Amino acid sequence: MTKIAIAQCAPALGAFKRNVAMHEDWIAKARGAGARLIVFPELSLTGYYLKDLAGELSCAADDERLRPIVEASRHIDISAGFVERGPDARLHIAQGYWSRGELVHVHRKVYLPTYGIFDDGRYFGPGDRFDVFRSAAGPAGIAICEDLWHASVPYLYSTTGATIVFCPSASPGRGVAEGGDLGTAESCRLMDRFYAQYLTMYVVFVNRVGHEDGIAFWGGSEAVAPDGTVVARAPDFEEQLLIADIDPDLVARERDRNPLIRDERPELVISQLMRARGALVKD
Amino acid sequence: MAIAPERIGAIRPDPTDLSPLRIDEQLVRRMLVAFLRDETAKSGHKRVVLGLSGGIDSAAVAALAAEAMGRENVTALFMPYTSSSPESREHARLIGRTFGLAVEEVDITAQVDAYFARAGEVDKVRRGNKMARERKSIEYDRSWPDGLVLGTSNKTELLLGYGTRYGDMACDLNPVGDLYKTQLRELAVLLGVPDVVVKKPPTADLWVGQTDESELGFTYAQADLILYHLVDRRLRPDALVAAGFDASLVRGIRERMRKSHYKRVMPLIAKVSLRTVGHDFLYPRDWEAD
Repeated sequence: MTKIAIAQCAPALGAFKRNVAMHEDWIAKARGAGARLIVFPELSLTGYYLKDLAGELSCAADDERLRPIVEASRHIDISAGFVERGPDARLHIAQGYWSRGELVHVHRKVYLPTYGIFDDGRYFGPGDRFDVFRSAAGPAGIAICEDLWHASVPYLYSTTGATIVFCPSASPGRGVAEGGDLGTAESCRLMDRFYAQYLTMYVVFVNRVGHEDGIAFWGGSEAVAPDGTVVARAPDFEEQLLIADIDPDLVARERDRNPLIRDERPELVISQLMRARGALVKD
Repeated sequence: MAIAPERIGAIRPDPTDLSPLRIDEQLVRRMLVAFLRDETAKSGHKRVVLGLSGGIDSAAVAALAAEAMGRENVTALFMPYTSSSPESREHARLIGRTFGLAVEEVDITAQVDAYFARAGEVDKVRRGNKMARERKSIEYDRSWPDGLVLGTSNKTELLLGYGTRYGDMACDLNPVGDLYKTQLRELAVLLGVPDVVVKKPPTADLWVGQTDESELGFTYAQADLILYHLVDRRLRPDALVAAGFDASLVRGIRERMRKSHYKRVMPLIAKVSLRTVGHDFLYPRDWEAD
């Protein structure tokens, strides 16, 4: 059983140093709670609606400004969000994973929403891969916010070895029709549970709270187990350090009972997709 | 997460079905109180200022402000002109008592009359606009040095352009601008706005006998439902007409939206340089100090 901490926090927009200090506070609390890993939301070190601030707040993944996070990761694994300036000078919405004083993995957000209230594609370049890495809670993949809304992403992770998906998010709350949950909350909870149960993996949704330019991030972070159980859930709209127990043995038991991943045929998906795209496929 | 029975079945445009306008008022209240608290603090302010007209919209905003900021941090102003209805004063005071706010009265008659004494006889709309701007200039004056001015324009008014630029439309924060009039009424009831205020016909009270619905030529319920389907659900006017909505009403509302759009955006700045405020100099308002 691995205890992980989910930091449902409210980063300050455009205030990097303040956010680093906030991360150090929450990291200390997570260590105090016995967690082996703490996961922060999307762009937790910079804030989300950066617009023209994106370039000014960017840094390389090995930048000195991230040193306090690197140092803190000697005692507890840390995943946090920042604006990465790639070696080719492109900007990316990035989520790093640090462990034992080393940067282990960086995921660059692939799906950059540029519709409705979103304008990621105006300011950032897309990532181009979904790699599985070793986390304190088992082989893992990172899907930043919109990435998870594309069903192919958790599917790819589940078929390439991950047993847990972290979804750091900056999800704005919207849809207040009577007779339901907050519209966005309903969609996210449905998604988390569906992916968890039918891909038999843990889904850890890490959403922020607070306001930016009139938009409210709704929180509601949760960890959902491969049997569909909600292991832990934070309240809507309020800061909380949420602790969740991740049980690798449960993944094994669920995959024994329901071997969907074992029986999955990714090579068939590949050939079918290539055929549909007009590629030459040997029959 | 249970899906409530109301969510089963598609939302279809139907002129007799107002149910799509229903909101979860408890959730909205929570969101708006947090919005006021958080966004006021972010720009380094401590207080809020608002004008109470005696009507439902400003009453709801007053209730939200008192809940978010504490009554001592809310400056509520009632700013009558000589022709303002005595009922407006009575209701503004009642609203103040209901939410524990001291309502200050600032009469604008002398300053409005002094201005028009030299302008001669003018259209009542011009007089009304002047009053709205006079009131707003007082709210801004009273906001110095640590307060923000709250707006009370609802989504219906904003989309129809039914308001005065730099008058009632001007503000620093507007907690109710994404709620249609019908929805704001639901919220007002939850907030405890007195019944007499909730039930009276909406009026800008800029001249004697004025009511919103007679001036607009349709009811808020009709407009809200049409706007909801056009704006929130992104349906085309033709689809509403096909579903039985009145064709001239639908097209009239759509045309009002188009014609008034200039009122809803920031002033246009002629672009000549490499980087221009409002065009490609785009920083978030909530940019915080490090």
